[in-house]
Amino acid sequence: MSIALLLEQLLNGLQLGVMLFLMAAGLTLIFGVMGLINLAHGSLYMVGAFACAAVAAATGSFWIGLAASLVAAAAAGAIIEVTVIRRLYDRDHLDQVLATFALILIFSEGTRWMFGSFPLYLDIPPLLQGAVPLPGGGQYQLYRLAIIGVGVVVALGLYVLISRTRLGMRIRAGESDREMIAALGVDIRTLYTVVFALGAALAGLAGALVGALQSVQVGMGEPALILAFVVIVIGGIGSIKGALFGAVLVGVVDTMGRFLLPKVLALMIPAAQAGPIGAALASMLIYIVMALILAFRPSGLFATQS
Amino acid sequence: MKKIIAAGIFGLSLAASGLAYAEPVKIGVITTLSGGGAGLGVDMRDAFALAMKQSGNKDVELVIEDDAQKPEIAVQLAEKMIQSDKVDLLTGIIWSNLAMAVVPNAVAQDVIYLSPNAGPSALAGAKCNKNYFNVAYQNDNFHEAMGQYANKDYKKTFILAPNYPAGKDSLTGFKRYYKGELAGEVYTQVGQTDYAAEIAQIRDSGADSVFFFLPGGMGISFMKQYAQSGVNIPVMGPGFSFDQDILPAVGDAALGVKNSASWSKDLDNEANKQFVEAFKAEYKRLPSVYAAQSWDTANLILSALGKASVKDKDAFRAALKAADFKSVRGEFTFNTNNHPVQNIYVREVIKEGDVLTNKIVATAFEHHKDAYAEQCKM
Repeated sequence: MSIALLLEQLLNGLQLGVMLFLMAAGLTLIFGVMGLINLAHGSLYMVGAFACAAVAAATGSFWIGLAASLVAAAAAGAIIEVTVIRRLYDRDHLDQVLATFALILIFSEGTRWMFGSFPLYLDIPPLLQGAVPLPGGGQYQLYRLAIIGVGVVVALGLYVLISRTRLGMRIRAGESDREMIAALGVDIRTLYTVVFALGAALAGLAGALVGALQSVQVGMGEPALILAFVVIVIGGIGSIKGALFGAVLVGVVDTMGRFLLPKVLALMIPAAQAGPIGAALASMLIYIVMALILAFRPSGLFATQS
Repeated sequence: MKKIIAAGIFGLSLAASGLAYAEPVKIGVITTLSGGGAGLGVDMRDAFALAMKQSGNKDVELVIEDDAQKPEIAVQLAEKMIQSDKVDLLTGIIWSNLAMAVVPNAVAQDVIYLSPNAGPSALAGAKCNKNYFNVAYQNDNFHEAMGQYANKDYKKTFILAPNYPAGKDSLTGFKRYYKGELAGEVYTQVGQTDYAAEIAQIRDSGADSVFFFLPGGMGISFMKQYAQSGVNIPVMGPGFSFDQDILPAVGDAALGVKNSASWSKDLDNEANKQFVEAFKAEYKRLPSVYAAQSWDTANLILSALGKASVKDKDAFRAALKAADFKSVRGEFTFNTNNHPVQNIYVREVIKEGDVLTNKIVATAFEHHKDAYAEQCKM
């Protein structure tokens, strides 16, 4: 095993982590501020990917598609917040789960109705095609490096937004005391819609970025949603910092597990069995990590006070 | 009073004779119409329905349900169709794990199941059943063909497939005929969307070729990521990852790739020409191998219905086994384990105008039988 391979796998883990962060940041923000469990977050991811693919196919430009994905996901987020989600804040989590699960079904069938059952085509923009050399003689896909860059920019942007701006101040205030901030005259309904749309836009961005790497198809959001939930549970529900650390941890552990576990097992048992068993173990690994972390830190790594 | 009784008897006899002549046949179709694998199920359903429609047979009633690619849902649907819809035949399942959950149970209740796609090895060998007919292939077949073909050009192949019954059958099939060395053997997760970790291993392995079996969206993701990774090792695979349902989404990355299948749209026979034309005219798209297999399944059922009553199980099974229909794959017969004996071709992805499609470049096997038929005691 060469250093170049190890480095490439670490970057792969980081890139997966960054994607998960874009999903998890919105999810954890919405939970932290509104106390809402939003299962439909994966659908907003799908909306972003479909918007990007459809607009890129129509205009021939990935970049216009990317902008469209942000707009479409934010708009879809704002619409469902105003029509459905707003009625759920005072209800218990079971009602929220049921209603947002219904939204998943509506989004999935709605998308199938508009675009059909076959996957859409979305390619990487020419500017970011190809691979770049890595130290140690390896190569790495330029687009994945760009995704890591986007993730870093978004993480910094969120940090500045939350800790340095008036909107961020209101979001933090909303997290710690909803009634008080409303009593102080802040329009809490608009704030909620803005936060929801922001989370949706991040999910849409993740969907569009990943759409160029994978197939853009109905149901693509749910696997990403499950991982995003693992991330926010590990990181501490409601914490953006926790989402960042949790996402990178899950990304690296998952990638390294898939890569190393079959190899380690092959040292102990025959290679023909090591492959399938290692693969099965690798798919469990992040859940084992989550269970271990919860055993020692029941509310996650960076739990918020509430 | 007498008149009323007479009229009643007359009416009854009419109804009875009506039953005897226009015997209605109920076919349960369980297939994947939602979620990531829906494209395959939609092609299956559309081709099946079109074949039934073209036959003009008014007695066939289809009960079509979506299994969402989940074994537990497929099992529930099968129970419902058998117990309350009282279907005469079952068909439609795309995925091997779903077939393994449904088929053994259904055939044990003396319901005839015809597989339009999945062909897990267990059902071809020790667990074969007189009520189970596979009209598509045994899972290993396409992969065996690619293993055979790979011997021509390659010495060191990296192989990968998802960790589920068909994935294991796939790599087993490839290795059965491939004589070269393996640069690596990797099982991925079912439904996995990111293959960066696997592609990194391929790059590092020193392989001279890559064989992969990743059906549906998994194959699209893999090919797109592979094309961008800077790895230039040639890839090959079974037709599933290069078929008409996913080629538009893969794009030019698939051009030139060799893949194996029992069918291709350019296969030169009258039945195939009619099928491709009819499918294009009805649905405004090119058919996939799933559609072709499903079309054959429908026509096999229709041929048997013309010979025997579906209520007379023995006669109907014999009529199915005769395979007296015009297959779009050309010559088609059933082996002793009710699995096909057929040719397997090697195809190449080409561009016809703007449309990516396949053309046949070689025949890997003629009259190929699966490896499990001997274990089948029927």
